[in-house]
Amino acid sequence: MSDHDYQPDSKLGKWFNDRLPLLTLSNHLQQYPTPKNLNYWWTFGGILTFCLITQIVTGVILGMHYIAHADLAFESVEHIMRNVNYGWLIRYVHANGASMFFLAVYIHIFRALYYGSYKSPREVIWIIGMIIYFLMMATAFMGYVLPWGQMSFWGATVITNLFSAIPFIGESVVNWLWGGYAVDNPTLTRFFSLHYLLPFLILGLVMLHIWALHVPGNNNPIGIEIKKPSNDTVPFHPYIVVKDAFALLLFLIIFAFFVFYSPNILGHADNYIEANPMVTPAHIVPEWYLLPFYAILRSVPDKLLGVIAMFASIFVLVILPWLDTSKVRSAIFRPIYKQFYWFLVADVIILGYMGAMPAEGTYLLIARVATAYYFIHFLLILPILGKKEKTLEVPLSITEPVIGGSPNEAMAKFKKEI
Amino acid sequence: MSESDKKNPNRRDFIVTATTAAGAVGVGAAVWPLIDQMNPDASVKALASTEVDISGLQPGQSITVLWRGKPVFIKRRTQEEIDSARAVDLKDLKHPEKDEDRAKNPEWLVMLGVCTHLGCVPLTDKGDYNAWFCPCHGSHYDTSGRIRKGPAPTNLEVPKYVFIDSKTIKIG
Amino acid sequence: MRKFFNIIFTLVFFLFFGFNSIAAEKTAQLLSPEWSFKGFFGKFDRASLQRGYQVYTEVCAACHSMKYLSYRNLSEPGGPELSESQAKAIAANFEVIDGPNSEGEMFTRPAKLSDKFVTPYENVEAATAANGGAYPPDMSVLVKARKGGADYVYSLLLGYEDPPADMELDDGVYYNKFMYGNKIKMSAPLSDGIIEYSDGTQATTEQMAKDVVSFLMWSAEPHLETRHKTGFRVIIYLIILTTLVYLTMKKIWSRIETKV
Repeated sequence: MSDHDYQPDSKLGKWFNDRLPLLTLSNHLQQYPTPKNLNYWWTFGGILTFCLITQIVTGVILGMHYIAHADLAFESVEHIMRNVNYGWLIRYVHANGASMFFLAVYIHIFRALYYGSYKSPREVIWIIGMIIYFLMMATAFMGYVLPWGQMSFWGATVITNLFSAIPFIGESVVNWLWGGYAVDNPTLTRFFSLHYLLPFLILGLVMLHIWALHVPGNNNPIGIEIKKPSNDTVPFHPYIVVKDAFALLLFLIIFAFFVFYSPNILGHADNYIEANPMVTPAHIVPEWYLLPFYAILRSVPDKLLGVIAMFASIFVLVILPWLDTSKVRSAIFRPIYKQFYWFLVADVIILGYMGAMPAEGTYLLIARVATAYYFIHFLLILPILGKKEKTLEVPLSITEPVIGGSPNEAMAKFKKEI
Repeated sequence: MSESDKKNPNRRDFIVTATTAAGAVGVGAAVWPLIDQMNPDASVKALASTEVDISGLQPGQSITVLWRGKPVFIKRRTQEEIDSARAVDLKDLKHPEKDEDRAKNPEWLVMLGVCTHLGCVPLTDKGDYNAWFCPCHGSHYDTSGRIRKGPAPTNLEVPKYVFIDSKTIKIG
Repeated sequence: MRKFFNIIFTLVFFLFFGFNSIAAEKTAQLLSPEWSFKGFFGKFDRASLQRGYQVYTEVCAACHSMKYLSYRNLSEPGGPELSESQAKAIAANFEVIDGPNSEGEMFTRPAKLSDKFVTPYENVEAATAANGGAYPPDMSVLVKARKGGADYVYSLLLGYEDPPADMELDDGVYYNKFMYGNKIKMSAPLSDGIIEYSDGTQATTEQMAKDVVSFLMWSAEPHLETRHKTGFRVIIYLIILTTLVYLTMKKIWSRIETKV
């Protein structure tokens, strides 16, 4: 049933729906025609929604017990861990939840890269997604400052000092960010305020992201436009709901292992030492999910250019829909792109690894090569490849056989499935 | 797949019901920590008792101490006040309690300084009974802290307390 | 499906790999005794925690505070589980400053269960000044605050050696093969028989180190036992629910596959 024809069954429902069409919305979400060939990489949207809600709920609760003050923050976190009923559980879910959130968002992003989900007509979905990703990084960074441990303090010092690279006004900007001449209580309280605010902004953007998705509908593994609804689609409920639920539960099992059996493995021991402006820890390393960007920052020898390179590495992602000139979406039909895609994955992992290593000697050299390759991939390889690559034949629909037959193995397997 | 399944794709069969039930149990269990975290925590519970030095109080004087975040009235009553509290006929009371039960040691009256109407703190030596009077909505309590007039439903609450020695009371 | 799992686990593996390699810095291999609190069903050894508390009070507490612990913690479940009266008696040995009283004066009184552990120094500066310029760190979360955790602290306690011939040590600086930079301002705190265990256990250096580190592990993670127990139940539950959802999914999707 299409959205316009929908009428609630009950009289009350109809009365209400005429005034606020929530039931139409609910019907739309249930009936939403989804490509039936979506694989498990497509379940991460649901998983991410779950992560966001979990972070907001546990975060609001932690906010009931946490005290945003330089003298009391560390102690209040210990109070949560020791005295508050289930406080240890809620804090560990929140802390590890951030890592799980990023794990999921990276899979989600790399799925989009593989299947060309950022291409027309889905550019806006992609750009909103990139804004969400950027806000997630800001939120996670500020959240990490709140326990006011050594890594919190020095992480905040290092990251805020990035802005001192801005010519002429850099120092004023940094003092403005700090509310003083160093990271101190005013910095902590404003970070707390913003850390509380940004997730709700993200939530709003997630709604826009989903709205923008529901206009053209989902991309799918073979990347073709499909007729909706048709034999190629299934209603979102119950088909996709149950599949997402299954994937979410698998994800939760991994999540639970972290929370209950190694809750601190993704953090730094130094953050259990209270912040001390007089002593810098031996290695300042950001959380794992920021490491690739940290590596890019450090691989450029100039301060300002390093900062620019780091922000540019995110910005190239924003303009990606116009950098990739290929008309074919899915990497399944782009044999050469597929190779480069995996090179990029390896490149980002290498960057992450280098971000955790000291910036010297061979590590620095590798980080520089990897940084260069990162930009080459987006700025050179993709535009050229889109024009030169000989793609495989694309089927007309998910259910219909391919005209002339496809030599592609994935396609053959796919046909066998149906 | 059975014929009926095809006719009604939303038919709930055993496995779907079991899954839904198991999921609901899990959601319930996961919600409990989110609720329980607002209950008094271990450090608050540990502060449950407080000791008060009462050696300086003369008959007719009272002090107010803080216990579990609430005021507690400790009054050393005069013989007159004790007599007037004990002379009251229980039938005249909205919430009948014997003064003997409220003040084990008749000289000492210990009770929460929280009006049982809506939680204001009553004033001492005020009101129709020259005992306690709640200014918020006009509840009058007698020299035993019993409600006599006004909207409060019950007498001022007597907390658990013991005399550790002649000079010290432990509340809680 | 199998491919999906493979990739997920590869990613998780990478996460671990990345971090272990950071942790594996070239210092001496840490000693790792059998800890009862490791593993899925890890629990503390009560007797060891009680002995560990004795080591802490008789050896460490002269310099190291444990400011996030309260005396009541000693009798709470999951810890040393002393009886409440024992914990009360321990608390009563310490004097705390309370007040102001009705005259506005501060006064001292014996500590109660609800009081925090009394610290050996007034503040960080006093502690630093009294210890040759090196602040003896607070030990409440010490185990979590050191890379290598319990193994590291245990190794450090046993890592005192004569310095290599080419190393000059200032007065009040000691050589420890597990310390970052190998120089430490704390002299070897433990030696055989330095204390006498009330339960008759032989107070060897290894025994005391193991007991006190167990105690510190508990103080850093007082809810570790509950966490392990809850975690086991949660994961079993998740596996059951995942299986049920999988069956439901197969059932629901089977409608499609026959239709096509």
